[in-house]
Amino acid sequence: MNGVHDMGGMHGMGAIHYEKNEPVFHARWESRVFALFRLTRAWNKWNVDVSRRQIESIPAAQYLRMSYYERWFTALGELLVASGLITRAELVKGKRARGSPKATPPITAAQVASMPSAAALARREAPVAPRFQAGQQVRARNLHPVDHTRLPRYARGKLGAIHRDHGVWAFPDAIAHFLSDKPQHVYSVRFAARELWGETASPRDAVYLDLWDDYLEPA
Amino acid sequence: MDTTRRGFLAATSAAAGDHAQAADQHHDHDHQAVPSDPTLRVKALESLLVEKGLVDRAAMEALIDAYEHKIGPHNGARVVARAWVDPGYKQRLLADAPAAISELGLPKPSGLLAVENGPRLHNLVVCTLCSCYPSSFLGLPPVWYKSAAYRSRAVIDPRGVLREFGLELPEDVEVRVWDSTAELRYLVLPERPAGSEKLGEEALAALVTRDAMVGVAKAKPPQAGGGA
Amino acid sequence: MKATRRGFLTAAGAAAAAQDHVHAQGHDHDHQAVPSDLTLRVKSLESLLVEKGLVDRAALDALVDRYEHAVGPRNGARVVARAWVDAGYKKRLLASAAAAMEELGFASQTGENLVAIENGPKVHNLVVCTLCSCYPWAVLGLPPVWYKSAPYRSRAVIDPRGVLREFGLELPEDAEVRVWDSTAELRYLVLPERPPGAEKLSEEALAALVTRDAMIGVAKVTLPQAGGRP
Repeated sequence: MNGVHDMGGMHGMGAIHYEKNEPVFHARWESRVFALFRLTRAWNKWNVDVSRRQIESIPAAQYLRMSYYERWFTALGELLVASGLITRAELVKGKRARGSPKATPPITAAQVASMPSAAALARREAPVAPRFQAGQQVRARNLHPVDHTRLPRYARGKLGAIHRDHGVWAFPDAIAHFLSDKPQHVYSVRFAARELWGETASPRDAVYLDLWDDYLEPA
Repeated sequence: MDTTRRGFLAATSAAAGDHAQAADQHHDHDHQAVPSDPTLRVKALESLLVEKGLVDRAAMEALIDAYEHKIGPHNGARVVARAWVDPGYKQRLLADAPAAISELGLPKPSGLLAVENGPRLHNLVVCTLCSCYPSSFLGLPPVWYKSAAYRSRAVIDPRGVLREFGLELPEDVEVRVWDSTAELRYLVLPERPAGSEKLGEEALAALVTRDAMVGVAKAKPPQAGGGA
Repeated sequence: MKATRRGFLTAAGAAAAAQDHVHAQGHDHDHQAVPSDLTLRVKSLESLLVEKGLVDRAALDALVDRYEHAVGPRNGARVVARAWVDAGYKKRLLASAAAAMEELGFASQTGENLVAIENGPKVHNLVVCTLCSCYPWAVLGLPPVWYKSAPYRSRAVIDPRGVLREFGLELPEDAEVRVWDSTAELRYLVLPERPPGAEKLSEEALAALVTRDAMIGVAKVTLPQAGGRP
């Protein structure tokens, strides 16, 4: 999706504000959102790309205005309702509907340390052959999916070189829609700064992106 | 509620649209830059989910505690310090970071890659699309890393960003920006500071900052005239 | 304050940066979607500029009046209607809108940067300005809010058929859609197709059928419903 979240290379986003000795959470509610998000994911009603897609669908002006945890919180409410774990009325009222059954949380305190990460959940063991080899020249395809993708706009149509093969992973453009995984190789691809940003960029610098096989074509 | 996958997607799109429409219609109230009380709304959601048995409150506390007190840049600093003193370890770290990290008794991260800085090479990490960060290893990312300003500029003007962080790199140094678009996460292995040759591993670890492991800074120089 | 151009740009940049800074710290107030005090702030600026003799209030009023009442889509509709009834005029219009507008009695230079683009059975033109909201004021007046909106600006170039569909216009697959992004100083006037069944109408009656939306390209010109008002 060509949304504002895809902001690599955009200008006008303001200054970088650095806070010294920044606390992990700036308000208690942030820590609660963080924990709720992680623990509700354990219900397996959605995967990480579904949740990213949800965040990306926040209207642009709101997305830019919101803080990081506010975006998570906004998306979380929608994910919970859409998955059927809670109802819209329950979300609005903050109270369990009378008569609705009480479930048993899948993760207890003791299990917190061993919860799998998003990366662990995204890896696939499928014996899929890679289309590209290290050192090979590739071009990022000129794709403009209307929905979730992890191919940033700034790289589309650009020429790069395969730096490394990261193995096989689920394909985000598919799993964001609960479609079958389409497991495929993910590569680290090197793009020269000048290729991305034009003649005035450094002749020496580069940007490396991790891109799925489906995002690439031979150059 | 249609609990099929198609139903899920339809419900989320409809909800997002409604939300946006409602926001447009009632924008006098809804567009406060910082919602007047996320605290209450978050508390309400938490209570609801606990009430419904969807999350366990003690599990929440344990998770928050882990990230507030246990998981943090000190993990990365240990790994970097070990790599500085032990060339064999460094090679193993560069070849297979998760395995090398678990060698030190730390939990093994799933998809981590170490990228090494050198006199002519400087690495910088970003996630332009959201804010991916090696959280399970380094702790949660700082606000600046997640900001639109950093996300947008790191890829197009890394030297300008570094300059703002106080790091001016010579023209003949190659800057590599790693945009964390997939599930791989990146750890920058900063250069060992000059004058630190006599320091032990623990003292070296104290020189390794989170910022250096993201790539917006170099490791701290040893104290002038300081001991181990 | 430096009065040089460099000084201007530096000051403007610094002000913008300061705004960002302020936004970061004091964002409780600054981000109303429709600032309630905007009316007051505009009034205040206008008073200041008038007070300082930098603008003339009567001139402000005259300019507002001109665009509220004098300049509007009726201008473009006249041009379109003439092109429909007079093949020679149409040819001249497509070659040079500036000269063609002068022919109709518009002040010279009215069509100075205007380009007329013709729809046909197999070609449909759509106008947008993705970068800001450029619009052919001289023939259409000021643009409607939807034309200036982020949704139109972003979607017209990537999904023109989807946009047209939302406007109620379904184009056949074999029609070519040309989207004109007004990136420079040229402004575009779509010359819509003359609706079938309009052969007997006078130029004036034809002009009355030509809508602003048709001259932007989000609609076709149609005859009113049978039995309805002309």
